[in-house]
Amino acid sequence: MADMKFTKEHEWIAVDGDVGTVGISEYAQEQLGDVVFVEVPDVGKSFNRGDEAAVVESVKAASEVYAPVDGEIVEVNSGLEDAPGTVNEDALGGGWFFKIRINDASQLDELMDKAAYDAYTAELD
Amino acid sequence: MSGGTSLTTHLHELHVSLGARMVPFAGYDMPVQYTGIIAEHLHTRSGAGLFDVGHMGQGRLTGAGAAAALETLVPGDITGLAEGRMRYTQLTNEHGGILDDLMVSKISDAIFLVVNASRKESDFAHIAEGVGSDAALEILADRALIALQGPKAAAVLGRHVRGVAEMKFMTISAVDVMGAECLVSRSGYTGEDGYEISIPGESAVEIAKALLAESEVEPIGLGARDTLRLEAGLCLYGNDIDDTTTPVEAGLTWSIAKRHEEGGFPGAPVIQQQIADGPERRRVGLKPDGKAPVRAHAEIRGKLGETVGEVTSGGFGPTVDGPVAMGYVKSEHAGAGTPVDIMVRGKPLPATVVRLPFVEQRYFRG
Repeated sequence: MADMKFTKEHEWIAVDGDVGTVGISEYAQEQLGDVVFVEVPDVGKSFNRGDEAAVVESVKAASEVYAPVDGEIVEVNSGLEDAPGTVNEDALGGGWFFKIRINDASQLDELMDKAAYDAYTAELD
Repeated sequence: MSGGTSLTTHLHELHVSLGARMVPFAGYDMPVQYTGIIAEHLHTRSGAGLFDVGHMGQGRLTGAGAAAALETLVPGDITGLAEGRMRYTQLTNEHGGILDDLMVSKISDAIFLVVNASRKESDFAHIAEGVGSDAALEILADRALIALQGPKAAAVLGRHVRGVAEMKFMTISAVDVMGAECLVSRSGYTGEDGYEISIPGESAVEIAKALLAESEVEPIGLGARDTLRLEAGLCLYGNDIDDTTTPVEAGLTWSIAKRHEEGGFPGAPVIQQQIADGPERRRVGLKPDGKAPVRAHAEIRGKLGETVGEVTSGGFGPTVDGPVAMGYVKSEHAGAGTPVDIMVRGKPLPATVVRLPFVEQRYFRG
């Protein structure tokens, strides 16, 4: 899998060809605590960058997962319905939320690489 | 932390050393979780959990007229409280709304009060004004308060303090705990058996550490405290009850003394009428049919799409292993089994009105 890029809202996107797999960062799952429910979008739905595309709920609160780029949903992680805790256990792997067909690859250039994201989250603590 | 300095309890350094995640709560820097809310919740239901509730307000009313004076402010029976007994009641306003809910105990010829952290300043001002010269209020700012909750709590505390295992639910005793003069009550906010212990501040760390050294005991944060009380059907002030809800609407009529049907406390006419006629709305349990949690302030609709109420507390119940909530609905929708919809992100989620609690309370009644 290609390099991961990160948003300021703590999503990650890993690009393979013109499709990006999207999840939330290790930092985000740690901040959320126990994830108890995930709502993923419908396949075929289109989003603009920054739109609310999914919902992740911890014991305490609901949080939005935003589309990191413009595109169309081509696949969702339906396994999270029965095992939302996968987001905690494997945020950067098995805890992915959806795959999105990327409309404009240049939007990826505006996201942070891992080093920049780590520096960003270090500032938040 | 934004907003400058926050207050700390006597156990603050201990929480930090235990790796707690600290959050601002009612002006205090408090532990929301140590290892995780679900694990802490489940541990409390199976073992024993230690909670720091030292942010809550503790006070002592003295004077021959103290009980009668306090009774002018609450619908509960205080003059009938025997030595060593405690009672749950509410401070009410002239509309029957709840200014706060509190625990009132009779111990050593004084009235011992425990009120909510977020309300303690206004509560104590209200009580001092209300009792006037009939009683003296002393605010016990330098006492810590911890709770030891769960099915193993009695065995654990019994190892350190003689006689506590035999105490019955809603009794209180002045006892020596590891050399400190404490007030131990058999009470709590989890639905489990357990204790709350009022401790002189300087002894709090030593006692907390000794209890945490017991193999059955884990520290529990405010996150699990909230899920435990929600499953137990217990009200959170500011969410489920406030100055716009009455004890009758909130399902707390059991805490209103019979003799008070005659009145003599703020809001009595409203409360008496609601007892006689039934309130227009009632607090109920809500069980979402699916897996999605519903949260406070979500709209509750009847099956015709009409608004019938609002969720006041909601989230994930670790023991139930699913979403649980409570809220107010119009009385005609309050019957157990009534189907409703709860609006979440613009979509109606089917839910059912259920009897509270979600998890059976396991108090020790001897």
